[in-house]
Amino acid sequence: MGILGSDPYAALLGTPLGKRMVDSLGLPKPATLRRYAVDAPLLDGAALLGWLDDDHPIADRIRTIFDVEGIEVGDPFDTLPAAAVIVDLSGIAEPGDLERFRAVVAPSLKRLKSSGRVLVIGRPESSATTPAQAAARRALVGATKSVAKEMRAGGTANLLLVAEGADDQIEAAVRFLLSGRSAYVSGQVIEVSGGSAPVERTEWTQPLAGKVAVVTGAARGIGAAIAEVLARDGATIVAVDVPAAGEALARVANQLRGTALQADVTAPDAGERIVDHAHLRHGGLDIVVHNAGITRDKLLANTDEARWASVLGVNLESILRMNDAILGPRGLRDGGRMVLVSSIAGIAGNRGQTNYGASKAGVIGLTTFLGRDAQLRSRGITVNAVAPGFIETEMTGAVPFATREIGRRLNSLQQGGLPVDVAETIAWLSQDANAGVSGQVVRVCGQSLIGA
Amino acid sequence: MSTSSPRPVAVLGGNRVPFARSGGAYAKATNADLLTTTIDGLVARFGLAGERVGEVVAGAVLKHARDWNLARECVLGTSLDPTTPAYDLQQACGTGLEAAILVANKIALGQIDSGIAGGTDTASDAPMAFSDDLRGVLMRLNRAKTPMDRAKIIASIRPGHLTPSVPQNVEPRTGMSMGEHMAITAKEWGITREAQDELAVASHRNLAAAYDRGFFDDLVTPYLGLSRDGNLRPDTTVEKLASLAPVFGKGEGATMTAGNSTPLTDGASAVLLSTAEWAADHRITPLAWFVDGQAAAVDYVNGGDGLLTAPIFAVPAMLARQGLTLADFDFYEIHEAFASTVLVTLAAWEDEAFCRDRLGLPGALGSIDRSKLNVNGSSLAAGHPFAATGGRIVASLAKMLHEKGSGRGLISICAAGGQGVVAILEAA
Repeated sequence: MGILGSDPYAALLGTPLGKRMVDSLGLPKPATLRRYAVDAPLLDGAALLGWLDDDHPIADRIRTIFDVEGIEVGDPFDTLPAAAVIVDLSGIAEPGDLERFRAVVAPSLKRLKSSGRVLVIGRPESSATTPAQAAARRALVGATKSVAKEMRAGGTANLLLVAEGADDQIEAAVRFLLSGRSAYVSGQVIEVSGGSAPVERTEWTQPLAGKVAVVTGAARGIGAAIAEVLARDGATIVAVDVPAAGEALARVANQLRGTALQADVTAPDAGERIVDHAHLRHGGLDIVVHNAGITRDKLLANTDEARWASVLGVNLESILRMNDAILGPRGLRDGGRMVLVSSIAGIAGNRGQTNYGASKAGVIGLTTFLGRDAQLRSRGITVNAVAPGFIETEMTGAVPFATREIGRRLNSLQQGGLPVDVAETIAWLSQDANAGVSGQVVRVCGQSLIGA
Repeated sequence: MSTSSPRPVAVLGGNRVPFARSGGAYAKATNADLLTTTIDGLVARFGLAGERVGEVVAGAVLKHARDWNLARECVLGTSLDPTTPAYDLQQACGTGLEAAILVANKIALGQIDSGIAGGTDTASDAPMAFSDDLRGVLMRLNRAKTPMDRAKIIASIRPGHLTPSVPQNVEPRTGMSMGEHMAITAKEWGITREAQDELAVASHRNLAAAYDRGFFDDLVTPYLGLSRDGNLRPDTTVEKLASLAPVFGKGEGATMTAGNSTPLTDGASAVLLSTAEWAADHRITPLAWFVDGQAAAVDYVNGGDGLLTAPIFAVPAMLARQGLTLADFDFYEIHEAFASTVLVTLAAWEDEAFCRDRLGLPGALGSIDRSKLNVNGSSLAAGHPFAATGGRIVASLAKMLHEKGSGRGLISICAAGGQGVVAILEAA
């Protein structure tokens, strides 16, 4: 892939001399990450499964997934190599129970193959019934994030919090966090709650089959990758971008056998046009990805009204306006999915990006609000956001070399992510089977040190 | 033999690249590049990737010998199913509209259910040929049998042979340029400089306003960094145009300038037509019906008619066939080859004697409501890549009719060789 070639450091590592140099200097050694392929197994090896005590309903559910996928389930205390370790700690009641986390995960770490997975299952702190339980539940967050930083060779560690009563909603999230789809997602805490009756049967290689998906900003970069991955997963794509990007937009639409809709998201009728197009041309609307965004970087001291307004207008206000139509009666179908693209700059802030940081933090506020909206939940509509960290795109390719190197290495995976990593996370959030995840912000940042 | 009656033909939409002034943004693009990109933009707009349409018909006026199968070669370069048949067609500036008429006719007859009509032209990549003298030498060289013969023939080449033969914008039978012809006709009809400049300013203002309100968002796909027509001058005024020196016609009465004549332009356009059923199957809403088309020609060589006056004759013939009058239209799209072309056309239709003597009508064909003329701009502002103008107009007019929700539109396009192609669309 051309984008990988833009990381000269990774290329150097590929040479014998480069590898010796890096070893002797103790420099970071980014691994080639295991990424999703339609025909790839969920895990390329055995899974180790541990739990707290006799009652472990979530572990049992995960075991069923492994049975279906033909993945061997090993004993955590065995010594054979493994691809993942999963520990179900949903039942912990007090800090003393955390020993189980150590006892299962610690010996497993040395047995994990490259791009290994640590998946910790817990319950949300908010529903704890005793102070000791709340403390223990929260402790898992610190433990998982710390393990994520200890992972080597492209491994990730994430914590899945399963609300009481949502045990039957976890399959899509578990599959995502174990598969190559989550290659650049690490140190994240994702909550599964509520949701509707579990989907009877999901075709996991075509989870979006029959869906109509709108992607804004689809002409290039991350937007084009989102469109491509949603199409690969079975969706029919409506690729939206500003008229000026029409040439590239047409290429994306034709390659994916979708349709191109030239529209400026800030136009007052943009939402109506998108809804009309999806209905008239494709018979409905199931998935909307609000990806269109711009940067107009300047220190705040030098930011004029136009730079401020254009970034807020495109990145945030346009979404609010379009949502009037998209979440209206003719918009997203019941059971629809909306995913917004935020940014690590919206979590941590970024020097010279006050306008951008404000807009992307606003996106998070909007996501959180809509995610808990009772009416949307009753319609089965979920709203989530992804917050990309350093992603190798044309835009980051234009960043000066030294700054780019720092951005690239300052994360637990010691490398930049690819547009496809953002796209895979969005595709997962768009699945029917993911009905229990809403209002979440999933960072796709390789556990960046920024904003952690 | 089948006796089924003709089927209605729908215009579903179109696509074009922004038109560029010759030697500008598309200086390095070929006709094949322009047409392929334009068809691909249409395919993307309507989600036709991998589909076979009934036929693609397109042409170019300035055409390289290597482009002898231009339309089909372009189809093979697009996202359309490679089993989509295609053929080339050429009728000077009427090419694009004639292509639409042919596609519409085949659809009406039940021979195809869908089709794409297009056209492309670039004056930046115009073909040049060896001089006839050098061609003669080279043909002889090809036939020569011995090395000695070949050496003799090569030695006979003279520097003068190497001057290339460049296609010229002149009528082969008169040696006069189109502008010079038009200047004569304009003078005959007493068309004033002021009227021409006013029409040109209206064209620029209308086109700019149409871009500003997003009218072209689903009609134009940007190309090579150009997102609006390169010739568009939104801030031009009658005063500015009045300062330009005439370039066609001679002496005192010369009125035609670079400002009220179209420049050489590069660009391409394509239109999607189909039956109502095909449109419904593809969930595409028809914009307009392609009602009728007509071509005419005048004897500008020996007769007294102006080179660009054929549409004046074609329109009444078509109106009579349809049982319509000139007043029965909500939009008039009269191609602005020159501002004076439009004004002469209107003047002729208003002239009782001309209509009686030359058109065989009982009186004047009539006058039109000027507020319905070229309401979103025309060739003076957009430019005029010869074969692409028909597609530009058909797609824009179809959208205008759809926006209005009712009514009829008239298209009139003049062409080299004393020809004219006209058509009627009706809101779907």
